[in-house]
Amino acid sequence: MSASLLFLLVLLVGASAFVMGRSRAMATAGGKLSSLHSLPGYHGSYAAIWALLPSLLVLAVWLVAAPPMIDRSVLFHLPTDVLNQGSAPAQLALGQVKSVARGLALLSDAERSALDSGAINLRDAMGAKGIPLAGAGEPWMIESATTFNRMTANSHLAMAGVVLLLAIGGTLLALRGISQRFRARNRVEQVILGGLILASSIAILTTIGIIGSMLSEALRFFASVSPTEFFFGTVWDPRFAAAGQAGQAGQFGLLPLLAGTLYIAFVAMLFAVPVGLFAAIYMAEYASNTVRSIAKPLLEILAGIPTIVYGFFALVTVGPFLRDISGQLNGLVTGNYASFIQAQSVLTAGIVMGIMLIPFVSSLSDDIITQVPGSLRDGSLGLGATRSETIKRVVLPAALPGIVGALLLTASRAVGETMIVVLAAGVAARMQINPFEPMTTVTVKIVNQLTGDLEFTSPQTLVAFALGITLFAITLCLNIYALYIVRKYREQYE
Amino acid sequence: MNMMSEATLEKAVDQKMNAVPHKMIGKDVSVYYGEKRALFDVNLNIRENTVTALIGPSGCGKSTFLRTLNRMNDTIDHCRVTGKITLDDGDIYDPSIDVVELRARVGMVFQKPNPFPKSIYENVTYGPKIHGLARSKAELDAIVEQSLQKAGLWNEVKDRLHESGTGLSGGQQQRLCIARAVAVSPEVILMDEPCSALDPIATAKVEELIHELRANYTIVIVTHSMQQAARVSQRTAMFHLGNLVEENDTDKMFTNPDDQRTQDYIMGRFG
Repeated sequence: MSASLLFLLVLLVGASAFVMGRSRAMATAGGKLSSLHSLPGYHGSYAAIWALLPSLLVLAVWLVAAPPMIDRSVLFHLPTDVLNQGSAPAQLALGQVKSVARGLALLSDAERSALDSGAINLRDAMGAKGIPLAGAGEPWMIESATTFNRMTANSHLAMAGVVLLLAIGGTLLALRGISQRFRARNRVEQVILGGLILASSIAILTTIGIIGSMLSEALRFFASVSPTEFFFGTVWDPRFAAAGQAGQAGQFGLLPLLAGTLYIAFVAMLFAVPVGLFAAIYMAEYASNTVRSIAKPLLEILAGIPTIVYGFFALVTVGPFLRDISGQLNGLVTGNYASFIQAQSVLTAGIVMGIMLIPFVSSLSDDIITQVPGSLRDGSLGLGATRSETIKRVVLPAALPGIVGALLLTASRAVGETMIVVLAAGVAARMQINPFEPMTTVTVKIVNQLTGDLEFTSPQTLVAFALGITLFAITLCLNIYALYIVRKYREQYE
Repeated sequence: MNMMSEATLEKAVDQKMNAVPHKMIGKDVSVYYGEKRALFDVNLNIRENTVTALIGPSGCGKSTFLRTLNRMNDTIDHCRVTGKITLDDGDIYDPSIDVVELRARVGMVFQKPNPFPKSIYENVTYGPKIHGLARSKAELDAIVEQSLQKAGLWNEVKDRLHESGTGLSGGQQQRLCIARAVAVSPEVILMDEPCSALDPIATAKVEELIHELRANYTIVIVTHSMQQAARVSQRTAMFHLGNLVEENDTDKMFTNPDDQRTQDYIMGRFG
């Protein structure tokens, strides 16, 4: 019996449990529905939950757990000379056995006896059924495959029996419990609550899992490179070419990358904050409804552009433009037409990232500014303040905590941004303060370190996890600080 | 004979009242919100150093009229005002008039107390600072003390001037808003249901305050409470469906109104 058929059967049992539960509840009520604690539908749902929940859980666990167990026991029974060759060849043999097992199920009786007598070769027999074998195949494989098939069949049979038994048993148990005063509604709601908790914990657990895996990989990295060297090193030179050779570990100094990350984020914020904030003030305070209804969605479209598009906008348009115009400027002033801004530079990446951030700043700040109660504006205008005085002295101070929070969230986005800097900032890990020169960021280096074909065992690749967890820590701190500031200001204004 | 003397008395009172000069004159004032007309040719004069109460059922246009007096309607999109309103014979809708200056002369107190999220001191100095009314810290301090005393709040807050204005009780907040309005030294103070969010004790304090402020300011107050209108005002204007139904001395209005609709409203037959 296949798993999907079994699943359908269980669902069928569940549906009938619902119907039976409901009709049983109605029967106990004796035509007076109000004498029931819960509506018949709840009794039905209660029975269906008992029918479905345990049996489907067992089904899922069985489907996940049974194949590896069968694999293990088949592997264990492989000829000793195969097992002695080590784990990789044994796994390969197991793979072949499983292919053979699939093929055996397709053979007719005549073909099977021909195979057993050695009249045809295993590989040809399998090939005829469309199953390619890696090697010629050996006689013991047929035996192992037969065992494999038998165990799989037994497992399926047992699974079907247990699951159906659970479904029917659950139904009967639930039906026996149904009575007039039985609180089916509360039970059903408990199960729903459990489902809600499960959904929210999945999100949290996933995050914890990601942090955990990053941490463990980062620890493997720190086993070969000391943390002091990583966090306080000023030279980034991972020596890709020499990866894997003894005594050629390379230098993994974080500081040049961190400097580049923060510098580019700073330039981006320098560009995005005034523009975004002023746009938000215009939208929230001055724009008429018509202008607002057109301009606001347009601004928000900017937020929907994939960052890779910004990346090649920087690479193809902004970078060359800055390079050329700097050449012209230089020529006008000194007569020497060499450009002093490079096409890939902190400035290019910063400006383009700033453009990307404008809608975040403006949209978040706009929401916050419009939330400032209108009565405060009226109060200020009623005292003879102009609109601009009202904004400066009343609206913005009241909105400040929210705006600071929005800016910090935007900053943490700038720090984590990848595609723009990959294309526009350059890859040279240098520590310098000239915004016209290229610098590189943590995210760029993560991309660089992982897009090779190196094994995940050398420090050259593992460093990506150390970088990742550092970046994560930075953005986490920014977000926590944002919350702290928001709370502090809120207390002041409440 | 008796009737005669009553009529003469009324006349004498009218004459005395009419002798009070008009601070603001509204002539054929109409207000439109987009297509919808909210006020129909209202002719209403506001007398100097008098409390004028505007009453009427919800949606009758009394708040709308109040807001035309310092052009707060300007802040509403699609709002249009026609007719003529003068303040000391100057047309306040004249293009040459600066609305900011007008609002400094005609202050406003709102329905819900709306102190700024700043300290009590900064709340009061907000207006004077904007209009440059004080040249030194000492002058500013004096303005704060005077304004808070006029609003009857000085004794309650003098020791915590630098605490947040939003930390005060509802009634104190409203008196702070009145102090804030007074600090700009306006000539007229408009009050839009200033007590509707307050408890009876706080209401009594604010009413008492209005009574005292009358000596120095011209006050126009919108209220839903007949008793309040009777208690605090000398003149009362009754609005209904965007029309001015009747304007009269408060005493006459509540005892012997000229218009049947006023009578019905005061007796609680509608509204």
